[in-house]
Amino acid sequence: MTDVIFLLFRRMRTPLVALIITYAVAMVGLVLVPGEKPSGEPWHMSFFHAFYVVSYTGPTIGFGEIPYPFTEAQRLWVMFAIYATVIAWLYAIGTLLAILQDPAFRRVVNISSFRKGVRRLGEPFYIVCGYGENGSLLVRALTDEGIRPVVVDADQDRIDALKVEGLALEVPGLCADADDPEVLVTAGLKEPNCAGVIVVSREETDNLAIAVACKLLAPKVPVICRARYRDTEANLASFGTDHVINPFDTFAERFAMAVRSPAMYLVYAWLTGIEHQPVARPVVPPRGKWILCGFGRFGKAMRERLAREGVETVVVEAEPENTQAPIGTVVGRGTEADTLEEAGIEDAVGIIAGTDNDPNNLSIILTARDLNPHLFTVARQCRGHNQPIFEAAELDLVLDAGTIFTREVLGIITTPLLERFLELTLAQDDDWANVLVSRISALVGDDLPDSWSLPVGQRSAPAMLDALAREQPLRLGHLLTDPRDRGHWLPALPLLLRREDGDHLLPDLDMALAPADRILFCGRAHAARLMGWTASDHSVLSYVTTGEDRPEGWLWDKLADRRRAAG
Amino acid sequence: MNLEKTIFAFVIVLAMTINFGFFLGDIDNPVHHNVYELFAAIVVSLIATVMKLGERTQIGALLLATSLVADVQLIIAAIVWAMAVHVMAIGLTPHVMAAIVSLSGGALLANIVSVVLLVAETIMGRR
Repeated sequence: MTDVIFLLFRRMRTPLVALIITYAVAMVGLVLVPGEKPSGEPWHMSFFHAFYVVSYTGPTIGFGEIPYPFTEAQRLWVMFAIYATVIAWLYAIGTLLAILQDPAFRRVVNISSFRKGVRRLGEPFYIVCGYGENGSLLVRALTDEGIRPVVVDADQDRIDALKVEGLALEVPGLCADADDPEVLVTAGLKEPNCAGVIVVSREETDNLAIAVACKLLAPKVPVICRARYRDTEANLASFGTDHVINPFDTFAERFAMAVRSPAMYLVYAWLTGIEHQPVARPVVPPRGKWILCGFGRFGKAMRERLAREGVETVVVEAEPENTQAPIGTVVGRGTEADTLEEAGIEDAVGIIAGTDNDPNNLSIILTARDLNPHLFTVARQCRGHNQPIFEAAELDLVLDAGTIFTREVLGIITTPLLERFLELTLAQDDDWANVLVSRISALVGDDLPDSWSLPVGQRSAPAMLDALAREQPLRLGHLLTDPRDRGHWLPALPLLLRREDGDHLLPDLDMALAPADRILFCGRAHAARLMGWTASDHSVLSYVTTGEDRPEGWLWDKLADRRRAAG
Repeated sequence: MNLEKTIFAFVIVLAMTINFGFFLGDIDNPVHHNVYELFAAIVVSLIATVMKLGERTQIGALLLATSLVADVQLIIAAIVWAMAVHVMAIGLTPHVMAAIVSLSGGALLANIVSVVLLVAETIMGRR
């Protein structure tokens, strides 16, 4: 803010000096010009009256001739004084307005208010570099979750869009190149409550530059970065970027998982689903011959992962040479019936429209459906605003990079244990996943399960820490007991228990708890609340563990002890 | 040789000299203190203030502060004058005059500090 005031004053110097001088000259003139009282005796205006007269003539108010009617000589001078002071005022106000409109000045004002906005946040926040399609989706999801983002984008239009987005929280936005280290510091990279940096700018090289700068300036701040190409992914990982997300790879991985183990995929879809995205329907992509239209980054990722699952794909690509399409590729866009027929649409089980053009992708799907109505349809959606038509097309699966990226980032931020859990599930077999799916659906019915983590720490579980300090044994089962009626279980399932010695997948209810354990649960949302109650309230914890309603307060506590000793 | 610096030094020194001229004389004798001089002192002091607005150096900030002090003192002196002569119509009694002149004396001190700072800056900064 001081920057703004200094700049304003420095540029207002000349007009202000001009104004003062004009006033001074006008006043001195009024004092010097001889006047006359109504009685006819000569009179000179005092400085007090002169200042008064100039003050009301300067801003063109004009009260008349005060305190006595002016002589002709005085009128002559007042005429000059009016024009001079009015012009001086116009000059001063005009300069002020010009400064306020000046882009350079506006930039200083914006940076200043942005800096203030970041400093005022007070709670942990994430710096989002890039407010393009993915960035805006992510920022909306973050604010819906109550997580504070701070946005940096090089495009002023995008920052303006942020201001009118109507987000749940006020989000400070700055128009600047985030690969400038100073901008990152302005955005709060070195603030103690900076929880992380999420890099989603349009250019891959910018992403790299930002991630490197963040890692060097603040090595402890986690960096989540989107990557489009394999080599950038490797590059990002090489200097310690904490999470690299390639939405195409992620989708292809998920898809392959769905082919391999539908139950596993269901667990995945349930646990990573974010609220305002449509609940994942159980989709089971069939095994058989798949037609893959478009052999770009997405097409390559899909073919590779499907090949690993032993699924055959026929590639349709308009420019096979440029894209290094495999031998046997059908040349064409896939939007025409004869190309699809040549690719063998009749005996295919599914089609993947993966070109970088939304109308073409939809056209491929519609043409293919005409030829073979039983196809499993997957399309890539490039632009977020096309969502209504993709929904209307009733596809089995839609790849929307923005949604996938957002979901991944939210998972990493809100439930860090979830990522580890999902990683561990990959090593399990289909039967294991089937059992898990039936256990979860028994708990939540038709609703989407919630997942949350409970750290046994001072903030979230003070009662448990006290009990453990008194060497009172606590088991995982205690947490899952309903604190309103200990004969019942809460509708929740422990998925993972993290302890220093390692991670325990699906821990047993008899497992003893220790301080600093972190437990990941899934189940109904209200179970999380009740569980938090048990963890933080001494008497509730005592009821849950012993079945006794412990009296609250020191006096009742003592009385109860005495009665127990007597009885 | 820098025109801007010359003008600024001129204004600062002028503010001091004019104020000194007003201050000079018996403290309670209205004949020794000219209203034009007080007016000129106020105008020059205001200009000196505006010329230091937006300065970010340490010395610049100090100069701004001292000239603001001078402004305040002189403007209060002028208000006392106007109150005595026009509002309360008691005229320039020795008591009123002493109040006005002592206020301008305070402003004079601030002016002197300004000039000392200016000289100090010049001596420090020159090769």
